Amino acid sequence: MISDAPVLQQASEPAENVAAPSRAARYARPLLGALLPLALALGWELVVWLGWSNGRLVPPPSRIFATIAELARSGELVRHIIATLWRVGLGFAFGVVAGTLLGAVSGYWSLARRLLDPTVQALRAIPSLAWVPLFILWLGIFETSKVALIAVGVFFPVYLGVMGAILSVDRKIVEVGRTFRLSGFAMIRRILLPAVLPAYVVSLRVGLGLGWMFVVAAELIGASEGLGYLLLDGQQLGKPAQILAAIVIFAILGKLTDWLIEVAAAPFLRWQDAFVRVKGA
Amino acid sequence: MLALDRVSKTYPNGVQALARFSAEIRQGEIVAIIGGSGCGKSTLLRAIAGLDRASSGTVTLDNEAISSPHAKIGIIFQEPRLLPWLSVADNIGFGLADLPAAERREKVVRALERVGLAEKAQAWPRELSGGQAQRVAIARALVPQPEVLLLDEPFSALDAFTRRDLQDHLLDLWADTRPTLILVTHDVDEAVVLADRVLVMRPRPGRLFDQIEINLGRPRDRNSPLFETFKRSVLTSLDRSLDRSVPDRDATQGPGQAMWW
Repeated sequence: MISDAPVLQQASEPAENVAAPSRAARYARPLLGALLPLALALGWELVVWLGWSNGRLVPPPSRIFATIAELARSGELVRHIIATLWRVGLGFAFGVVAGTLLGAVSGYWSLARRLLDPTVQALRAIPSLAWVPLFILWLGIFETSKVALIAVGVFFPVYLGVMGAILSVDRKIVEVGRTFRLSGFAMIRRILLPAVLPAYVVSLRVGLGLGWMFVVAAELIGASEGLGYLLLDGQQLGKPAQILAAIVIFAILGKLTDWLIEVAAAPFLRWQDAFVRVKGA
Repeated sequence: MLALDRVSKTYPNGVQALARFSAEIRQGEIVAIIGGSGCGKSTLLRAIAGLDRASSGTVTLDNEAISSPHAKIGIIFQEPRLLPWLSVADNIGFGLADLPAAERREKVVRALERVGLAEKAQAWPRELSGGQAQRVAIARALVPQPEVLLLDEPFSALDAFTRRDLQDHLLDLWADTRPTLILVTHDVDEAVVLADRVLVMRPRPGRLFDQIEINLGRPRDRNSPLFETFKRSVLTSLDRSLDRSVPDRDATQGPGQAMWW
């Protein structure tokens, strides 16, 4: 009877309260992860400061930050960052659009998959850097070839992610859509898109990671500005602090852009996010 | 009225899951379909739902042939199959997308109260227990007010206590609009508690073996001697259906002979 319901709920309430970690524990955990790098950095700083090493090849953190500050003051840093961000952004955009479209077509339509997928997989087997000479011949030494290389790097994980996600959508959930007589478009909008979204976000993040990888490759090949140029310049002029400064900035930008995707997707993945939190606790 | 006329289903691998199944089910009737595994119960239900097409034979609802999912036919599966990205309320309102928002919200609120989950409206499906989730699935199927509601072993994944609770609850909800209920089950108790009529199927290939009218008033007392009697007759029929030495009654052959008794 309906009057039994409250009893039933009480008995079967999921154990959310048990799983919620205390506030202190939630903040302590990331701090724990920072302990090792901080200790290493401080240790090295101390070693150089005490004169046990001259720190020429491995500059101490203070010298790296001084380099960053100096680059920032001269306005050079901003120029390099903008150049690199622009390339990554453009390449990422092209790669995502192409990967999403082709991945969706291949995932949704089996004829297209049989037609397209073998070729795409074969192209994927080519180490992407092997394209560089060809891209330079075709597209020139300037921006176009760099953006193309980044786009190629971004394309494959996005393509695979979208196709795989569509293929693995639960047939049982699709059947629910069918029983409510959803048409092709409504089925995509109300069932497939939300079902695919978590895997899509993951593939975007993987794609972005590869985008950052390939921007370095592209800028090492030939560039007059960009963070990759800073790396090369630091090597040729024997300035390890500048190389490490560029690496630190790469790390910050990479993390930041990844975080942006995460934050942008969060409102749509709340249903899943909560799941991870309970499970991870 | 829902009419099944010599419905057969042969899968592409050659397995004949269903052979010439005929039956007529009155509007508002509660029919339980019971039988050993592989007797084509679920195949039959999916054909009625329009999810699978019968190889031959016809399913008609009020003289309208059913070959794809129909607005007047709802289905509840063994698993709740809630959409994990929608709140409980949005799951219940899933089939009402064509209605204006205000009307939809009102219906959803009423349904939530009706299944006793009003305070869970904004919860995510993963936060529900199995019984609660299945109640949401029931509400989702009932809210568009189908004429026929199909249930494919809807309570088999639940513990005995929750199952009993939901059986009573289902009858309670059924009384609101009295849709036709067709329930596939392997639980004799459940069949006798719920159904006006029990159809016993026999396997390989799946076909109708026997029908038993359950002439018991409602609410039914699970402990009454009469209840036991009906249970025993269903069990006996079920046993005979699995005994290969018992011949088929020539019950389901030819049109117009579905009501052979």
